[in-house]
Amino acid sequence: MTRYVVAEVAEFPDKGIRRIEVAGRELCLIRLGDEFFALMDVCPHGGAKLSAGRLSGTVESEGPGDYRPCRTSEMLKCPWHGWEYDVRTGQSWSDPKSTRTRAYSAEAIAGGELAKGPYVADTVPVEVDGNYVVVNLPVSAAR
Amino acid sequence: MSGHLFRIDADFHLPQVAISDLLPYLNEHWRQQLIEREITSSPFRLTSYPPNSPLTLNPAYEGLDVSGALDRFGTGIAIASMLHGVVALHNPDMRAALMSAVNDHVAKAWLDNEPRLRGSIYVSGDDPAASVAEIERLAGDKRFVQVLMLAMQEIHHGNRHYWPIYEACQKHGLALAIHAGGLYRVPPSVSGWPSYQFEDYVMQSMVFENILTGLAGEGVFQKFPDLKVVFLESGFAWLPTTIWRNDKTWRGVRQEVPWLDRKPSEILAGRVFVTLQPCDPPGPDELRQTIKHIGGTDMLLYSSDYPHRQFTGDDPLPEGLSEDALVGILAGNALRAYPRLADDPVVRRAGETLEAPA
Amino acid sequence: MNQPFIETNATTRPRIFDCDIHPAHKSASTLFPYMEQRWVEHMQTFGTHIRQALVGQLAYPRMTANGMRMDAKPEVGPPGSDLQMLRDQHLDPLGIEIGNLIALSRGGMEERNPDLAAAMSYASNEWQIAEWLEPEPRLRGGIVVAQDNPEAAVAEIERLAGDKRFVQVIMSTRPYETPGSRKYWPIYRAAAEAGLPIGLHPVGFSNGKPSTGTGWPSFYFQEHYTFVPSAEALVTSLVIDGVFEAFPKLKVAIIEGGFSWIPALGWRMDKHFDTFHKEVPHLKRKPSEYMKEHFWWSTQPMEEPKKPRDIVDVIDWIGWDRLMYSSDYPHWDYDDAYRIFRFPVEPHQREAVLSGNASKLYGYA
Ligand code: FES
Repeated sequence: MTRYVVAEVAEFPDKGIRRIEVAGRELCLIRLGDEFFALMDVCPHGGAKLSAGRLSGTVESEGPGDYRPCRTSEMLKCPWHGWEYDVRTGQSWSDPKSTRTRAYSAEAIAGGELAKGPYVADTVPVEVDGNYVVVNLPVSAAR
Repeated sequence: MSGHLFRIDADFHLPQVAISDLLPYLNEHWRQQLIEREITSSPFRLTSYPPNSPLTLNPAYEGLDVSGALDRFGTGIAIASMLHGVVALHNPDMRAALMSAVNDHVAKAWLDNEPRLRGSIYVSGDDPAASVAEIERLAGDKRFVQVLMLAMQEIHHGNRHYWPIYEACQKHGLALAIHAGGLYRVPPSVSGWPSYQFEDYVMQSMVFENILTGLAGEGVFQKFPDLKVVFLESGFAWLPTTIWRNDKTWRGVRQEVPWLDRKPSEILAGRVFVTLQPCDPPGPDELRQTIKHIGGTDMLLYSSDYPHRQFTGDDPLPEGLSEDALVGILAGNALRAYPRLADDPVVRRAGETLEAPA
Repeated sequence: MNQPFIETNATTRPRIFDCDIHPAHKSASTLFPYMEQRWVEHMQTFGTHIRQALVGQLAYPRMTANGMRMDAKPEVGPPGSDLQMLRDQHLDPLGIEIGNLIALSRGGMEERNPDLAAAMSYASNEWQIAEWLEPEPRLRGGIVVAQDNPEAAVAEIERLAGDKRFVQVIMSTRPYETPGSRKYWPIYRAAAEAGLPIGLHPVGFSNGKPSTGTGWPSFYFQEHYTFVPSAEALVTSLVIDGVFEAFPKLKVAIIEGGFSWIPALGWRMDKHFDTFHKEVPHLKRKPSEYMKEHFWWSTQPMEEPKKPRDIVDVIDWIGWDRLMYSSDYPHWDYDDAYRIFRFPVEPHQREAVLSGNASKLYGYA
């Protein structure tokens, strides 16, 4: 792992999304409160830059006409086809409920009843070190 | 090859009854109205099926009456419908009275006399309350196994307007059957009114594409998870496009219809069925390719579409279906599509040749 | 899964022609410089007059960013209104050699006032020349016509046919009558005589008819699907009404109509032609033969079946020489040319779809 300082905490707004370049890699850096997340900045579906997307929540439903917003700001919507990615895991989330039938796992509860979609955006570990946001890139990725 | 298997024919038509023959089923008011206004002499033919059109009459059935047609293909059970023009009336009360009369006529003239026939409760989409009342009136007669509507309505099939009808279907284990043709209040496509009947007919499958998308998108199966829907004379080669496209679109627009908690194709599986005729793929290779793209034959129901012209030669069954698939297509899938057939005496007698319902 | 087979960093980049780019108006007055004062005043006073309850917006609101790519909004104006952004975001990075403009907004296709419709189509075409074709040689225009005023449409085609930067005639896929109707035949005649294909691209306005044969959908999820049956219906109408018997040289490009349904529609028309041929004696061949001879198709939105290879069966039937790449920039369901092949293709097939087929249809060298 190689550590790279990528931003100053103080000048990174809450719910901000930023495209950053580190060691030749493009990352999409996201702040949610005191937490920072980083995804490789390319949508695994069709190649859009995720950093151009929007932070959004998602919606669950108990049936037609029922709308329950949830996971406010924890989903990144791809700027092109609007697929929803969980900023914490990079999972594309799309099938609420099918997890219930597939496996009633702790993850499904923590994930607010949403199931994993078929695509995963690569995540990169991020930490806050004093006043700086730091990403850890594996050496092989830092080409 | 498949001659010995029990056949359930999901799309079989009864000849249209003349209005004058409906008089015994009507109350005094409507009898008087029909006679004085000379409505008894109106033909009430639907535009979709002109009586002498080559579409309406299959030469393979030349000279065969209903029972003869059943004998001809070794049909064990035929789910019969009478596509009567009374459904196109605007007067809700006259329409309801005449539709009830058609249903009563079907029971008396056909179901009482031909033990292989099962009936459809024919309803109007315009007036869900009257349609629910009609379903309740006839649901006790187990020979009725489906509720019948036409494809081209004025209000989209997925719309909540119809949900009381769908609720009644689910409650009584009646399949909801949607047959090609329609009310002609809106053109068959957004392109407008075509010049030729040929176009009207080709466009029916496009109407069904929209129906399927609407039933899925509006959440009909979330609301009525046990509802079964059968598309009659819809064609089915269009299914791959509709399945692929809906699954793809759903990923991007899921938040608009969040009740779709799985891919639309997974929601429709086991709930929507389509009849085999007209079989549009021109040969066995194209048919096999279509089935591969749909992902199997679980949705397909055997149909003859008697007396309409959909096939040439001796058997409504197209070439290219595997022996394994035939067991389901000829009867097993129909048992999943029509909940009432599980307890049907003729089906029970046929017993061992049938695949157990899933 | 579903990984694309083309790498963006391949050593030799393919030639790419994009058959669907939407230029947008910077503001409601963008076309005014190209209209007579009378029509400017008319627009300012009365606005447009279409067969829909809502003016200036779609009746089915889109899901993201008003139906646009979220990343395509310039500082001023809506997505698609900034030529430099089109260059920076699409033409340059993808290496688009030629891009066809499909100007959908305010081109008079839905306008009911016949003279205003004609003025709008004239203005839309002049605007394409002045603000897109002149400054950017990679772009090609489409002559937008007010099809429900056929006389004006023909005049507009004749006016611009000599300008080689215009490569096709753009009509609504939801005209007031069916596309095969004889009302529109003068337009087809003019296009065929000018050697211009007709380009048909879906529009969001239903022109007074429900967008399905069984009434109005409730949700955009359904409305999005209606583009498919709408494209199927227009092919059906053009073929069965005998347009190609009347104009044997006419070529049609179906843009953003999807393509996976094409074999099934060909089979269906052929099958029922056996039944109905006496009703349509003007057809001398099987309907699918007209489809194969007269139509070109575009890729976007690319189908994504569970088994991506299923698409290969479909294209095998259509013919690899008929399908053309289209991006739909800057709309939300945009396709990147490097990501459309989620299934294996031969190099010559890829070349045909990305550029070869468009070059044959539109005469690009
Ligand atoms: S490119 Fe991101 S959802 Fe398609």
